[in-house]
Amino acid sequence: MTKLMEVKNLRVSFHTYAGEVQAVRDVSFSIDSGEAVAIVGESGCGKTVTSKSIMGLIPTPPGDIKENSSILYKGKDILKFSDKEWQKFRGAEAGMIFQDPMTSLNPTTKVGKQIMENLMVHRHMNKSEAFNEAVRMLEVVNIPNSRERVNDYPHQFSGGMRQRIMIAIALACNPRLLIADEPTTALDVTIQAQILELLKDIQKQFDTAVMLITHDLGVVAGMARNIIVMYAGQIIEKGTVDEVFKNARHPYTNSLLNAVPGLNLKSKVQLASIYGTPPDLLAPPAGCAFAGRCKFCMKICREQMPGVTKISSTHEASCWLQHSQAPRINIAEGIRGEQDG
Amino acid sequence: MIKEYEQELFEVVGYDKEVADAIVRPNITYWKDAWRRLRKNKVAIFSMVTLLVIGLSCILIPILSRVDYTGQNVAMTHLKPGSQHWFGTDELGRDVFVRLWMGGRVSILIGLLGAVVSLVFGTLYGGISGYFGGLIDDIMMRIVEVIVGIPYMIVVILVSISLGKGLPSLIIALCITSWTGLARLVRGQVLQLKENEYVLASKALGASPMRIILKHLLPNTMSVIIVNTTFQIPGFMFAEAFLSFIGLGVQPPYTSWGAMAALGQQQMSYYPHELLFPAVAISLTMLTFNLLGDGLRDALDPKLRQ
Amino acid sequence: MAENMNLPADNTANGQGRPGKDRLVEVKHLKKYFNVRSGVLKAVDDVSFDICRGETLGLVGESGCGKTTCGRTLLGIYEATGGDVFFEGNNTSTMNKQLKKDFKRNAQIIFQDPYASLNPRMTVSDIIAEGMDIHGLYMHKERQERIYEMLNLVSLNKEHAGRFPHEFSGGQRQRIGIARALAINPKFIVCDEPISALDVSIQAQIVNLLIKLQGELNLTYLFIAHDLSMVKHISDRVGVMYLGCLIELATSAELYKNPLHPYTQALLSAIPIPDPEAEKNKQRVVLEGDIPSPINPEPGCRFRSRCRYAKAVCSEKRPELKEVGPGHFVSCHLY
Repeated sequence: MTKLMEVKNLRVSFHTYAGEVQAVRDVSFSIDSGEAVAIVGESGCGKTVTSKSIMGLIPTPPGDIKENSSILYKGKDILKFSDKEWQKFRGAEAGMIFQDPMTSLNPTTKVGKQIMENLMVHRHMNKSEAFNEAVRMLEVVNIPNSRERVNDYPHQFSGGMRQRIMIAIALACNPRLLIADEPTTALDVTIQAQILELLKDIQKQFDTAVMLITHDLGVVAGMARNIIVMYAGQIIEKGTVDEVFKNARHPYTNSLLNAVPGLNLKSKVQLASIYGTPPDLLAPPAGCAFAGRCKFCMKICREQMPGVTKISSTHEASCWLQHSQAPRINIAEGIRGEQDG
Repeated sequence: MIKEYEQELFEVVGYDKEVADAIVRPNITYWKDAWRRLRKNKVAIFSMVTLLVIGLSCILIPILSRVDYTGQNVAMTHLKPGSQHWFGTDELGRDVFVRLWMGGRVSILIGLLGAVVSLVFGTLYGGISGYFGGLIDDIMMRIVEVIVGIPYMIVVILVSISLGKGLPSLIIALCITSWTGLARLVRGQVLQLKENEYVLASKALGASPMRIILKHLLPNTMSVIIVNTTFQIPGFMFAEAFLSFIGLGVQPPYTSWGAMAALGQQQMSYYPHELLFPAVAISLTMLTFNLLGDGLRDALDPKLRQ
Repeated sequence: MAENMNLPADNTANGQGRPGKDRLVEVKHLKKYFNVRSGVLKAVDDVSFDICRGETLGLVGESGCGKTTCGRTLLGIYEATGGDVFFEGNNTSTMNKQLKKDFKRNAQIIFQDPYASLNPRMTVSDIIAEGMDIHGLYMHKERQERIYEMLNLVSLNKEHAGRFPHEFSGGQRQRIGIARALAINPKFIVCDEPISALDVSIQAQIVNLLIKLQGELNLTYLFIAHDLSMVKHISDRVGVMYLGCLIELATSAELYKNPLHPYTQALLSAIPIPDPEAEKNKQRVVLEGDIPSPINPEPGCRFRSRCRYAKAVCSEKRPELKEVGPGHFVSCHLY
């Protein structure tokens, strides 16, 4: 597989009255074409800022993408794009779906027209071609009676339907990369299942790379091939889904995996929760960002940032526990054993 | 691996309760934060200082000056601005400088009075109407619509007919009409806010309607009220200036910017300064109020918080 | 306290085969309709259940199914269109003033959105003390001590008392909301989707806290959520709602092992499991279409438009909630 996109040493800060908030702190990863990658982490961990940087949607100021950051798309650094190049990139090469389907559609424009706009600008279609293509796109995302509904306004659709329309808009120009930023968080469980099935189909059918951003590990398991776990603006663990789910090395990943009650867990026992809240990136800690909440925090964790440890060719983690001098601890067992504390 | 560390550093110490829930940002209240943002806005601060200077001048200059604003001197009519009469004199030889600040008092009085009436009455009226809703809201809003339907001008004329022309009629007319805009605005805000979960939580705790209005609804509409009032004050002042200009407002020997402008307008082609000074005073005050209002709106907008 | 002297006779939906249990809350044929422009929105349509002291009843369903309205109507935040709610044996709609005040103090609510449920202009201590101030419970020095005690109970500390809600993260705000509800020693708490807006790691934190507090303070919960896995974990019994109706009610273990209603089956299979193997092998029942509008619903079973097993009878008669196993109630013509 070929590398479609490569993010290298991305650092993004926001300038606020209280000081500089370092939202993304040195993040590097790559996406192969046609591949599904999931970025997992809690709100404020920098996953949305990362995706917005890829789409060129970071407002500057207050945002500030640091020098030495680069995002290579098919070998070209998109951070150096002109406004015109960005426009072309956004519609035709990469599409994005947002969390809230209620606010991301223009309420005063017919949904068909919102799809057609993209087609006419980027694929230079005339009106009737674009109309037919819009109808076809709505069919692709399983909207019944698409020929009639193309003339409806967003408020005439339910939440799940609107998210489908968002997907249709994002896919209209057949982009090579689809960024889905928490696409199912605002939806009900049964609708979430529908949307995930749809995304899976689309990824296979169009061979589109999908970057799925979520805080729910359950969503990732059925959807992605590779997974990136972010915490406090940094990648703390990445690998294939099998590696990370079966053999998570970072205590944070382990906690996330155990925070969801399994089907066999006895009722009302305490879940393996994570104590406290993530650090404020206004003043990130000197050592490991997770140290303050980590059950296995060592003295060194509070003083120095851990390096990256390669576990296999695809799996790596940033944690002092992976250091040769660290005590051998079975992290997964340790966290599950916490069930009453 | 690559580097050796002291073994002691690898002792497990577990999580740190102090760090885990710590808040590093400074404790800053809503108003402090708004003031911080307002201070950054140079135009707004400049407007605020200008208004302060105008206000203080209106209060102090007529007191400190030895010149009487009603004092006429037929020998010294239509003087150009000079060292004795800084802004010159009018057709009756009265000092324009002192009269300008004296007239400003009327403008400011009208502006502040309108603001106070609309603030107290409009806020309460709108708050009650919005909170209770239903029939009460329907009746109260129909009353507002009737009052809005009668032009301010007609109210002033009607009051002037029964009470005579002059400042008191102007003020009474203002009290009757000024509060409707804010009442509608507050009602809309309250309708929106009362569905908020913190209001429901308060209800679930057994709070009385008055407590909910005073503790939850009004504090959260405060920013809208302040911004709106800042925009309304120049409106009131302009209405007074306009009425005085056409002769319905302040009667001699009292004066106001509108009345002065009316007198100056008659002499415009020969003695333009008699129109210039009151006109500048009116424009400057209106402009600075509007600029300040803009700044306040930006500073108080919760969406702009960072 | 009242001695359950005027308990009404049991019917099919109440009692639930558990004689001798101390019922704290009983809901009988509760209805809440809203008049909207295009007709009548039947948000809650004839729902009956009861909750015993110290028990957690879970209530699940998708958005718009009426679970939130049900919780709020139960507490009297909305006025019920029909039906009765009994608290400690007393009918809440006919209570005298003193009992009503007690009810307001004893029955509290925790909200979904930790951003909207705290007044942005009040400090944390004023928010927590609101209930005490209204009921005149803790005064002067006691008030301050009580605030610190509550903060400690939800693992926040004294320094947080003077801060404003916007300075906190979602999970911390939710803990403040819990402290506000607990400050006046309630017996019964409606948890209205308390975890839906939070991150997974924080969800576990809040659920753990709720379970811990239930044990320490002998609380009774009505736990409303759309996520079946968490509900199953925290609840003793779970009720499933669809378009204003209670369609299935059973103990949480039973509901998981043996879901009877086709909708419950779909809901269960839609839960994503954090295990790639299980996800690959899972047979998912993906429901077609969306929830129909609750405005002017047609007669018959509300679920039939999305049901794979719909028969002629489903469009004619609304199925009753009947007991098909010990403590397992379902409202479906299949059974």
